[in-house]
Amino acid sequence: MSDQMIAIQDLTVSFGGDPVLSGVDLSIDHGTFVGLVGPNGAGKTTLLRAIKGTITPDNGTISIDGDPVTSLSAREVGRRIASVPQSTTLSFDFPVRNVVEMGRTPHISRFGSHDADDVTAVEEAMVATGVERFADRPITEVSGGERGRVLLARAIAQGTPALLLDEPTASLDVNHAVRTLELVRGFVDDGRTAVAAIHDLEMAARYCETIVLVAGGEVRAVGPPADVFDTASVRACFDAEAFVGANPATGSTAITAYPTTGTNPRRVHVVGTGRPAARAVSRLSAAGHDLSVGPVPEGDVVAGVAADADLPAVRVPPFHRPEGPHVADAVALAAAAEVVIVVGDPAESLRQVVETTTPTVRVSTGFDPADVLAAVASADEDPDAASPSVEES
Amino acid sequence: MDVARRAVGWSAALAALLVTVVVVSAGIGPVRIPPAEVLKVVLNALVVPAGIEAGSRDAGTLTLPTLSVVYSSPFAFPVDDVHRRIVMSVRLPRILLAAIVGFALAAAGTVMQGFFRNPMADPSIIGVSSGAAVGAVGFIVLPVSLSATVALPLIGAVDIGVSHGAGVSLFAFIGALAAAFGVYAIATRHGRTPVATLLLAGVAVQTFLGAVISYLQLQAGESLRRIVAWLMGHLSAASWSDVAVTAVLVPPLFIVLLVYARDLNVLLLGEEEAQGLGIEVERTKRILLAASALITAAGVAFAGVIGFVGLIIPHMLRLVVGPDHRILLPTAALAGGSFLVAADTLARSGGAEVPVGIVTAAVGAPFFIYLLMSREVHEL
Repeated sequence: MSDQMIAIQDLTVSFGGDPVLSGVDLSIDHGTFVGLVGPNGAGKTTLLRAIKGTITPDNGTISIDGDPVTSLSAREVGRRIASVPQSTTLSFDFPVRNVVEMGRTPHISRFGSHDADDVTAVEEAMVATGVERFADRPITEVSGGERGRVLLARAIAQGTPALLLDEPTASLDVNHAVRTLELVRGFVDDGRTAVAAIHDLEMAARYCETIVLVAGGEVRAVGPPADVFDTASVRACFDAEAFVGANPATGSTAITAYPTTGTNPRRVHVVGTGRPAARAVSRLSAAGHDLSVGPVPEGDVVAGVAADADLPAVRVPPFHRPEGPHVADAVALAAAAEVVIVVGDPAESLRQVVETTTPTVRVSTGFDPADVLAAVASADEDPDAASPSVEES
Repeated sequence: MDVARRAVGWSAALAALLVTVVVVSAGIGPVRIPPAEVLKVVLNALVVPAGIEAGSRDAGTLTLPTLSVVYSSPFAFPVDDVHRRIVMSVRLPRILLAAIVGFALAAAGTVMQGFFRNPMADPSIIGVSSGAAVGAVGFIVLPVSLSATVALPLIGAVDIGVSHGAGVSLFAFIGALAAAFGVYAIATRHGRTPVATLLLAGVAVQTFLGAVISYLQLQAGESLRRIVAWLMGHLSAASWSDVAVTAVLVPPLFIVLLVYARDLNVLLLGEEEAQGLGIEVERTKRILLAASALITAAGVAFAGVIGFVGLIIPHMLRLVVGPDHRILLPTAALAGGSFLVAADTLARSGGAEVPVGIVTAAVGAPFFIYLLMSREVHEL
């Protein structure tokens, strides 16, 4: 057994002269769940196809468990790697069970037939994916999501040390999407390897220990989700403004994307607490503004968002009033800013923070994030430009 | 295994049907012969090797020792000699040729439908029938002498050659294979043969060969009638030598197709998925194409262009036994044999004999329309 399940060196693939992947180097260890993420057309599917040897690269080598994929027969590749395609074109009404049985093809000799091992593998794969309930229905009569699970069952029945998945959750409801990824996670926890192209960044962050960020035919970043995903990498690869934080429910990376605005970055201080202020901080941070917040109570959602985005913040211990030093620190941050945003109605004790010489915009708690962006952009130029939910002071 | 048991069970039932259809058909005609009498005639004709006899043969100045196998018939039922001659010389060669040709066309049709992942495909889709037609029509219009007298040492002067009918079959066979190979060559680039390209190349070549056939018909003059009869499919000129040639060609090709039945199932998933499941896709496609082209060519060379057998029989059997080629292929082939024997019996039992291709089309086209209007093909 080689150290790496899959090793890719200097891989270049082009279709009709247009490069789709260029100079890709990637090594995938045994027992890891790797999420391939990237915008549409980044080359994720091409990378998966190159790994299983169905396209011939222009340059570079791909090794599967130590052997170059080009030196392996189709049958040998089929015993090492199973793949779950996005969809299948099967237009003949085979029963679901027969489609899953086809996963055993690389293990059966030309003149042989299914033995007890094959039957067991097929049954276990069908139970694991929950397709045994409709095992005798024709594949042409099951829904798109059920079909996706049949394809997963087929790949599991193949009994390979590695699994490639192309958008395994794309056609599934949220329940089956989670169950599918849990199943793959379990497969990896048993020591096998999975590589999945996943569009849902949060799902990828939640289930994969390694994220490979692909864009423009190149690998832009490889590492744990928390290291790979940040505002800058999402902006660079997806051309979207995003706030990258922690999902309070799962603790895994949460990515909230917004349309690109092409904002001119400014130094902004935000005063406020609770979810409305957190929304303002997320949106302004995603747009690329240089933010500070405070004072905020320790444990408030705004404090959490500030920590996620690594922003300077003045923190007050829970259930305490802001004391003199807190107010002084906040005033310093506000005075250094180009714009101060005040969300809701701050306590009287924060008057000094709200009334610095810096242009200040007051925002009601039910604001539209786009209006906050507009207010920041125009705070010191044209006071009348603010929308009805935003009041200048 | 379940699949093997189902395949054997269905095949046994359809083989029994084929035997029944053959026996009944041999009794039908201007002279009615009861099925029991037909069976007795056929059993009487069966021979088994009974021993070896040494002899000698005078060849010029030398006397050559020879060994010959002696056959004897285990049965000796009393039968009417006229009935014996009608069954053995007139009806049986034609019926057996129909059975073998129907078997070959239905097998090839099943494989082509799986290969193209399209239940509307048929054996002629890669140009085999058109190529056979050009070969046959060309030979009819521009007869070439295929006879020669060759002087061989020791044996003396020997006439070698083929009859006109055999010449038509030979040229049809060569034309069929040339057309299929041409379509394959047009559609193959860098060792890969995409099925969509193959389909379109097949359509283009068929269209071109259609023009050639039309031109040859214009030039045909006296022989036009024979051309039309050939193009419509005919079994009336069947001889025991035709039966022998097809019986030697068809079974080995069918076994090749049967060995690849499981690969054909997996190919239905799409080529990329089949490759991922360990199928050497391009090699498997070449083998399937070559065996299908040969088995179709063997059929059409002796029977002319007979449509719809290769289209509707696989379709009908798929409705009955399901899409698994390990079961579908043998059952469709056997059913194809029965169907063509029945259609040919109908063709010859009317007042004036009609080409069997007219019967298969007249039965097949309405069934095809029924399929188009039913849910079975809406998924495509």
